[in-house]
Amino acid sequence: MFNYYFGLAIRSLKRNIVLTVLMIAAVGVGIGASMTTLTVFRAMDSDPIPQKSGQLFAVQIDNWGPDSKSVVSGDKERFQEQISYIDAVGLMNAKAAHRQTAMYKTGAALTPANPQLLPFQVQIRATHTDFFSMFDTPFLLGGAWSADDDKNHADLAVITQKLNDKVFGGGNSVGKTINLDDHEFRIVGILGLWEPIPQFYDLNNNAYGEGAEVYLPFTRAIDGQMPSWGNNNCNGDVGQPGWEGRLRSECVWLQFWAELPTAADVDGYRAFLNNYASEQQRLGRFHWPAHTRIRDVREWLVYQHAVSDEVRILVLVSFSFLLVCLLNAMGLMLAKIMGRAGDIGVRRALGASRRAIFAQCLIEASVVGLAGGLLGLALTALGLVGLRSLLSEEVSRLTHFSPADISIAIVLAVVATTLAGLYPTWRAAQVQPAWQLKAQ
Amino acid sequence: MEFGPIISAMRRNKVGAILIAVQMAITLAILCNALFIIEQRVALSKRPSGADEANVFIMDNQWVGNPPDVSARLQGDLAALRSLPGVQDAFATNSFPMSGGGSTEGIRLHPDQKDATALTALYFGDEHAIAGFGLKLVAGRNFNPGDVVDKLGYTDLKGPTGIIITRILADKLFPGGNAVGQSIYGAAPTGQTPIIGIVDRLQVPWISAGGWGSKFNDSSIIEPFNFISVYPYHYIVHTQPGQMSSVLQAAPKKLFDISRARVIGKTQTMSAARADAYKDDKGLVVILAVVCASLLAVTAFGIVGLTSYWVAQRRRQIGIRRALGATRNAIIQYFQTENLLIAGAGAAIGVALALSLNLWMVNAFAMQRLNTSYALIGAIVVLLLGQAAVLWPALKAASIPPALATRAA
Repeated sequence: MFNYYFGLAIRSLKRNIVLTVLMIAAVGVGIGASMTTLTVFRAMDSDPIPQKSGQLFAVQIDNWGPDSKSVVSGDKERFQEQISYIDAVGLMNAKAAHRQTAMYKTGAALTPANPQLLPFQVQIRATHTDFFSMFDTPFLLGGAWSADDDKNHADLAVITQKLNDKVFGGGNSVGKTINLDDHEFRIVGILGLWEPIPQFYDLNNNAYGEGAEVYLPFTRAIDGQMPSWGNNNCNGDVGQPGWEGRLRSECVWLQFWAELPTAADVDGYRAFLNNYASEQQRLGRFHWPAHTRIRDVREWLVYQHAVSDEVRILVLVSFSFLLVCLLNAMGLMLAKIMGRAGDIGVRRALGASRRAIFAQCLIEASVVGLAGGLLGLALTALGLVGLRSLLSEEVSRLTHFSPADISIAIVLAVVATTLAGLYPTWRAAQVQPAWQLKAQ
Repeated sequence: MEFGPIISAMRRNKVGAILIAVQMAITLAILCNALFIIEQRVALSKRPSGADEANVFIMDNQWVGNPPDVSARLQGDLAALRSLPGVQDAFATNSFPMSGGGSTEGIRLHPDQKDATALTALYFGDEHAIAGFGLKLVAGRNFNPGDVVDKLGYTDLKGPTGIIITRILADKLFPGGNAVGQSIYGAAPTGQTPIIGIVDRLQVPWISAGGWGSKFNDSSIIEPFNFISVYPYHYIVHTQPGQMSSVLQAAPKKLFDISRARVIGKTQTMSAARADAYKDDKGLVVILAVVCASLLAVTAFGIVGLTSYWVAQRRRQIGIRRALGATRNAIIQYFQTENLLIAGAGAAIGVALALSLNLWMVNAFAMQRLNTSYALIGAIVVLLLGQAAVLWPALKAASIPPALATRAA
């Protein structure tokens, strides 16, 4: 039966080729536009670490209080996106979570061993050993430094495969050293490709750009007075001058993440944080009641507006466009089906039931949807190429079509077109055989 | 033209007419909001930075390690850059307009004031900063070499001896127009700072729409500091007209001749920095324009398709009308009026939809209120589009011969 209807649909579509082409083009263009923007939106909105996003939490502590004189206002609840060095050390020492790490973005000049080569700049993330196990970073060779290395402020480094290729021409470089700003660091591990999109653990800087090339122990970077290359926010009170002054200040410039595997751990950590803040109040550092917050990865991305307004606007515009295209196709289908009222009358008179007519017309609509979907896929590919040439490199990294996107496009096209075909189809099923036959 | 027959004919084709009207309404709503965004983004990307962009380039420099004599090295580099043929002037700074990174300070007029009077961007530079960017000093004086001191990175909290501010900031702080000689209070615990000069314009580093800097786009301060930093900093080089490319080649060579223990990072002309900074805005403009054009095309083809179908459906009636004496023009007018009625209804819904869509976007995104004239322009565009689209089917209808009426169905 399906094959018969499918054949009828093709024949009917062939008979009025102009209307058919218009319908398919309308659906195709609509799907192309909406899938192009949806691809970018889905990439921005994707869960960068799906296996653990519910167990990793960003920590916020209000260390400025209600009378903050900051020119950079925090959110409505008075939270800053980063924490101070005092709090980072306090939370690290407490070790109240299953795993935890403080971190910040910095950089240095790497001087190659070959004196012929010029020094070049590398992006560095200063962090604790738990970073690697918390975020499931893929080690190709070697591994993370140890907790003792953190304690000992060790001159160790984890580098990316890309940097390993650049400096050593690939190979097993674990045990070799790199020279960063005239200090030697021994390589303990080499990371394979690891570029979560967005870079959820530090969204302040280049969230869609490339990540660090070198990872150093946090304690060692602090010893080396390596300044933050990211956002530094100071309250009205900037503290004392110099590096030590910055460490003792209430300036916020560090990210802090905790891994909390179970709901009980989460509750426990919330309680711990409040105790910590209350303790700070008792010590006279905070003049306000405990005010802390933890957010898991997905909450953090929403809180930090990981999806840009521009992309939201484009998604909105392109889906409205799809709606117009579908209304269009619906009008054309209506015209087409009503133009065939005579045929339908004959079929009804020959014994076809309303259901049969309904099924036949709906299949015709689905065929249009399928063809439109295929055209839409081609247009999406074209649209994404266009986006890559139009937009910055950061956004261009989000324009890759996944298999999921392909199925979304086809399903969206078929379902939407079939839905748009429901009314014309219903009208077709209402055709009175006698009336049509009389008119002939 | 009588509306009666048109309306009663439309009643028999309710759904078709409604479909077209709704399509036109949505088209209108998207069209005028998109045009509004386009207009805003274009205006945004045209804001001047204040610098002589055509003749300025930026060269990032970073020293290897933390050499103790950075101050002397900085002066050596600057002397070398300034002596290059084709260079007007050069200086070193922490940031530049459109770079997206820099330092902010809240400015107070009294030491005990709680909330800042103005947000500002801080640029560090010596007495060559104004000529280096190619800014226009409009009041007061430039820095003297004696005003300029070393600032050892951002954690050095010493305050400036005097500052040069932009005209817009001066007007905001001192609406009376007598800013030069007045004092302000910054974040640093250094007491009051006198304003010694005013430049016509200097944009802040952050330029994204609705972003951080959009609140104080032209409120900048130049502080008389040599920025001595382990952090990469920028040399700003102002070339003679036409000398850009030769200086761009010579400058890094000259600096590497002085020392190779450095990283010369990104070297870009200010025009390139502008193109880079606004790339996504330009992209958004192009995408919206393409979507708008496609939207108009799809809607137009939809009208052509449906109206053609109606014409085909009414061939006999049209033949009879022609046989009874209706002119070709009367037939054309019939379809044009019909479309005008549908498009008019669509436009009315569309204007309301456009304004509510905008209202929602004002809340959801950092958007401005839509100027009603955009909705009206959009309405006219949609009405004209309808008339243009209906013309071909109407002409086809007009060409139906009156003799059709005499033939059997």
